[in-house]
Amino acid sequence: MAEFFQTTIHDYFNYWVYVILMMIGLWAVIAKNNLIKKLIGLSIFQTAIILFYVSIGVKDGASIPILHHHDPAAHAVSHEESHHKEGHKGDDSAAHKEPGDDKGDNAEAHAVNPDLIANPLPHVLMLTAIVVGVATLGVALALSQRIFKEFGTLEESELLEQLKGGNVDG
Amino acid sequence: MITKVLATFAVVITGALLLYGVSDFPAFGDPHSPANAGVEGGAPSISNYYITKSYEDTKVPNLVTSVLADYRGYDTMFETVVIFAAGMAIFAILRVFSDEDDIEPNETHSEGNTFTDGDHSRIIVGTTVRLVVPVIQLFALYVVAHGHHSPGGGFQGGVILGASFIIIALAMDLDAALARFSEKSYFRLASVGILIYAGFGVLCQVLGSDFLDYGILQKIFLTDGPEMARSHSMLGVEVGVAFTVTGIMFAIYANLSSRGTLKSAL
Amino acid sequence: MIFAFDIVILIFLIVAAVIALNVKDLLSSSMIYGIYGFLICLLWAEMGAVDVAFTEAAVGAGVSTVLFIATVYNTRRRSSD
Repeated sequence: MAEFFQTTIHDYFNYWVYVILMMIGLWAVIAKNNLIKKLIGLSIFQTAIILFYVSIGVKDGASIPILHHHDPAAHAVSHEESHHKEGHKGDDSAAHKEPGDDKGDNAEAHAVNPDLIANPLPHVLMLTAIVVGVATLGVALALSQRIFKEFGTLEESELLEQLKGGNVDG
Repeated sequence: MITKVLATFAVVITGALLLYGVSDFPAFGDPHSPANAGVEGGAPSISNYYITKSYEDTKVPNLVTSVLADYRGYDTMFETVVIFAAGMAIFAILRVFSDEDDIEPNETHSEGNTFTDGDHSRIIVGTTVRLVVPVIQLFALYVVAHGHHSPGGGFQGGVILGASFIIIALAMDLDAALARFSEKSYFRLASVGILIYAGFGVLCQVLGSDFLDYGILQKIFLTDGPEMARSHSMLGVEVGVAFTVTGIMFAIYANLSSRGTLKSAL
Repeated sequence: MIFAFDIVILIFLIVAAVIALNVKDLLSSSMIYGIYGFLICLLWAEMGAVDVAFTEAAVGAGVSTVLFIATVYNTRRRSSD
């Protein structure tokens, strides 16, 4: 019984939390009255989706998607690299090749095992998503400032009253 | 109040359906899921090609940079254009050029970069920022240039460089930051960034190959083989991306914090 | 990929998200949004996505929080809910 829970939690707990975060963000966009709170909810929704996407490329025991470079001058740099990550086990081959093998970069004379390197494709797509997300957040905040300048309030209920009743030119 | 009840209801139903759908996912961290290893007898996973063959195609150890700037370079170019368009949109929405229709003027701040008269609490922050900003900018340039071998690249370096101007604007006045990085400068820098990126593509076309096919640039860079030409062109387009992101990040901050006037600010 | 670390950060994420949406002071809300961004950056660094974590730290937790605070400074600071 405990074994079953262990497997289920290890496999699916992350996805449950991503769904919960998405729903928190979605609820904030629909139900909150203040425009800035709605924008924060939208941002939470967006980061939950990016989190879900990046976790597709996670592999147990895999290292970061930066290959080791066996240039003797760069050997110190690449070792710096491998100490940034904690907990990776299948660290590909820092000890296999001698540094002075032949000239320069022959790091891939031994084959790279794809099971030991995290999947780089979701990282690439989500880099784009994050930066575009902050640019559109800037546009949304600019629109909020214009709304405040025109109507004097950022609460949705008061805005609706003004639009229906007095301020017709909007 | 009725909105909150309906919203809760809708969100609970959607959440329950999504949680039910989660049970069909492959296990978290599985190296043999269809996204990581492909389907047996079906489509192979392209990530395996990127992991195994990307170094011999481009000689760049950072797989994310090589996929971002070379294999998926078209996406990155349009992403840069989207950032530029967002900066233009904020400029169009907020920017006012005259002083008459400013509703509530904020209280006057100390002007320029003289932060010693009157407001003594700014001495510590101002002096520290003056010492630290050159180091931040040097680090940003390092991140851009070293994106092939370590985590980094054009976007990260550009944001850090833009943030170095934002910190000047926060610690001193917005006028101090604008004296160093004026409105003309940052918009020109942003445009030059996109020009560099698209320019690489057109250069490849002029030399006879496809748009953004960097291998043909070995004739210009005089390398032996297309791999190093691809590596150098990746650095070139990353520099273009960094320029655009720097300009637009500071443009967004300047317009948002001063409500478009660029006069009195945070 | 340490799994216990994952669980703890995810629980903190949910707590931070709920708090950011429920405080009435918008300045505090923006700052807790900054905390949320840093926690997500930590989660990605632990998952092996170092480029994404770098970008999120610079963009999401840094610049995005500053833009929120700039907007709150220019509009009203209290919200009704």
